[in-house]
Amino acid sequence: MFFTYLRRELRRRRKAALVVSMGLALGIGLVLTVTSVSAGMKNAQSQVLHSLYGLGTDVTVTKQAASGQDGGGQKFGIKRSGSGSQSSSSDRLTISAGTTTLTSSQLATIAKQNGVSTAVGSLSLNDFKFNGSFKLQGGTSGSSGSGVSGAGAGAGGFGGGQRPGGAGGSGGTPPSGAANFSLNTFTIDGVDTSHLSVGPISSLAITSGKNFTSAQSDSAVAVADSSYAKSKKLSVGSTVTISGTKFTIIGIATASSGSSTANLYIPLTKAQTLAGQKDKVTTVYIKATSSQKIAAVKSEVQKAVSGTTVTTASDMASTVSGSLSTAANLATNLGKWLSIVVLAAAFLISSLLTSSAVNRRVREFGTLKALGWRSKRVIGQVMGEAVVNGLIGGALGIALGLAGAEAITAFSPSLSASLGGSSGSGGSGGFGGPGGGGGGGFGGHVAQAAHQVTVHLTAPVTLASIGLAVALAVAGGLVAGGFGGWRASRLRPADALRRVE
Amino acid sequence: MYRLSGVQKHYTKGKKTVRALDGVDLEIPEGSRLVIQGPTGGGKSTLLQMLGGLDRPTSGTVELAGHDLGRISEARLTGVRAELIGFVFQSFNLIPTLSAQENVETALAPLGVGKAERARRAAAALESVGLGERSGHSPAELSGGQQQRVAIARALVKEPKVLLADEPTGNLDEETRDDIMLLLDDLQREHGLTFVMVTHDTALAAKAPRLATIRSGKVTVRESQRAS
Ligand SMILES: Nc1ncnc2c1ncn2[C@@H]1O[C@H](COP(=O)(O)OP(=O)(O)OP(=O)(O)O)[C@@H](O)[C@H]1O
Ligand SMILES: [Mg+2]
Repeated sequence: MFFTYLRRELRRRRKAALVVSMGLALGIGLVLTVTSVSAGMKNAQSQVLHSLYGLGTDVTVTKQAASGQDGGGQKFGIKRSGSGSQSSSSDRLTISAGTTTLTSSQLATIAKQNGVSTAVGSLSLNDFKFNGSFKLQGGTSGSSGSGVSGAGAGAGGFGGGQRPGGAGGSGGTPPSGAANFSLNTFTIDGVDTSHLSVGPISSLAITSGKNFTSAQSDSAVAVADSSYAKSKKLSVGSTVTISGTKFTIIGIATASSGSSTANLYIPLTKAQTLAGQKDKVTTVYIKATSSQKIAAVKSEVQKAVSGTTVTTASDMASTVSGSLSTAANLATNLGKWLSIVVLAAAFLISSLLTSSAVNRRVREFGTLKALGWRSKRVIGQVMGEAVVNGLIGGALGIALGLAGAEAITAFSPSLSASLGGSSGSGGSGGFGGPGGGGGGGFGGHVAQAAHQVTVHLTAPVTLASIGLAVALAVAGGLVAGGFGGWRASRLRPADALRRVE
Repeated sequence: MYRLSGVQKHYTKGKKTVRALDGVDLEIPEGSRLVIQGPTGGGKSTLLQMLGGLDRPTSGTVELAGHDLGRISEARLTGVRAELIGFVFQSFNLIPTLSAQENVETALAPLGVGKAERARRAAAALESVGLGERSGHSPAELSGGQQQRVAIARALVKEPKVLLADEPTGNLDEETRDDIMLLLDDLQREHGLTFVMVTHDTALAAKAPRLATIRSGKVTVRESQRAS
């Protein structure tokens, strides 16, 4: 009887059922679209992060140099011995300014933490190649750079200036004289060749040649970033010299989005040896066992290895500015409130419609009670109808939501994100020096420079959000049915005799 | 079958109290017929509600087959309605979305009758009111007289002890009214029902073997000279 009655009611009162359903459908459709857009925003944000740290990376760990400490700030000077001609050539590998290294035992500690699936270290280095000769006639010594940025030392020293935002040491007052030199700086990431899926190289696509193999952990081979390779006319098979060691380029890599973290990638062990940083890494890339574990991993690592900066995708998100963050705020705030309001309105409207439907059926339900139907049975009937209406609303709402998400994905608005803008566009290292030539300051490590990344917004509909929609539909039905059922429970069998319809 | 004593039913709205029933003493023997008449607002429907267990008296007792309808629990009262009492209403009160057959089956739903048995009994009941052919029709597809026949089938399908009818012919034309009255007479006799009917129709009232007149909540009973 229950199902027959339910079926008949819904079929013969299709329009009324549709009105109730449409209200819920609108609310549920909106919720589904908003959750999909929020998921898309999260994707966009992690895309931004991954463009920096690699696809498989959930968390990165770095260690900031203590203030005032010479965190590997650039220090290479040219000995001055009075006036005269001087020629010099230098190739120095240093770790990025403002950071210090983590040891391999700290890396091992991190790897042991709960929720850590893989922890991979990498060593970020700057290479300064200097070739030049000059004639010096007096001139004051270069003043040292401000303490934090590492002191310039010696005559005509380069200001430190590796520290992001730090002021570079000013060069010495340009002495008269002539200088002829070339300066070549580039960045190097020493990567763990046995864990390429996590870490700086994981966000890269090898466009020609090959990637590293785990056997190449200490080989003199390198992968070059495609734009660097282009500017230096490097190709597979070319060689580059790093700190006196010749490396063969085995592959050219392109960042899938954003830019790559370094100009050249070489095996970690090799990088450590060349830089004199045995068993040291500057960044640990962590892949969590699941995305739910990321926050826990962060706090565990912070506890286990003190003095570290632990960064997750959501931390990154807070430093993201630009249209992505605006849109993300809009989606999470406005979208959330809008869908809550619409949903609440839909629940209210369907509840009112359901109880007014019960009011119109006072005599019908009174009659059933007069026939000996228990209140429970009548309430069940009202609830059943409301839940089915809710489910129809849910189905329509899911269709609406899918259409909305589909439309957003098809339209695919592009969002730009500026990352790390607050830390300045890298310390513009003052570069003075003999002859006053070469004003080109060099920034800190690329990863710390401002990043402009463009991502396309999609609105992926997950099974979980469909589940949410179904749950909301059932909840809407139950709420409406609750109202209607409560009305129906208060009807008396004597209402069967009511004249008013 | 029925024994009413000192039945009062007061409706209170704000400060005003309507004494719809004001001390009714009445006995209705099993298998007998009683016609109730009286001016509008006299309390006819109220009395029928008391008899049908649709409402409870303010005071006094309404006893049906040993149950005091004013005092038994809601669940038992519902059970009494489901098992013992058939109701026919002036405006038919069919469920508009259900077919004739399904409407009849609604009376069997609370009795826990199985699906097949329910269908069989409902079909037989519709047959007995001459609507065997129309079982699949919805109320809107039936005339007033046919709708009332469906309602009668619904009242009788459970084989009740009592049939209560509140102006069952009030919404019907004269010819249909006579058909329905003949049908009710036949069925009442056939099933040995205790039959209480409210009517405005003086012609019908005049023919009644036992006539109760209710005026301002008070009942007077006239036994007919001729036996029914
Ligand atoms: N639920 C109620 N609330 C308040 N007053 C009521 C209610 N039901 C009936 N009454 C009042 O009780 C009195 C008797 O009503 P009842 O319906 O029994 O009269 P009736 O004899 O059936 O009249 P009619 O011939 O018009 O059907 C009337 O004055 C009516 O207004
Ligand atoms: Mg009446």
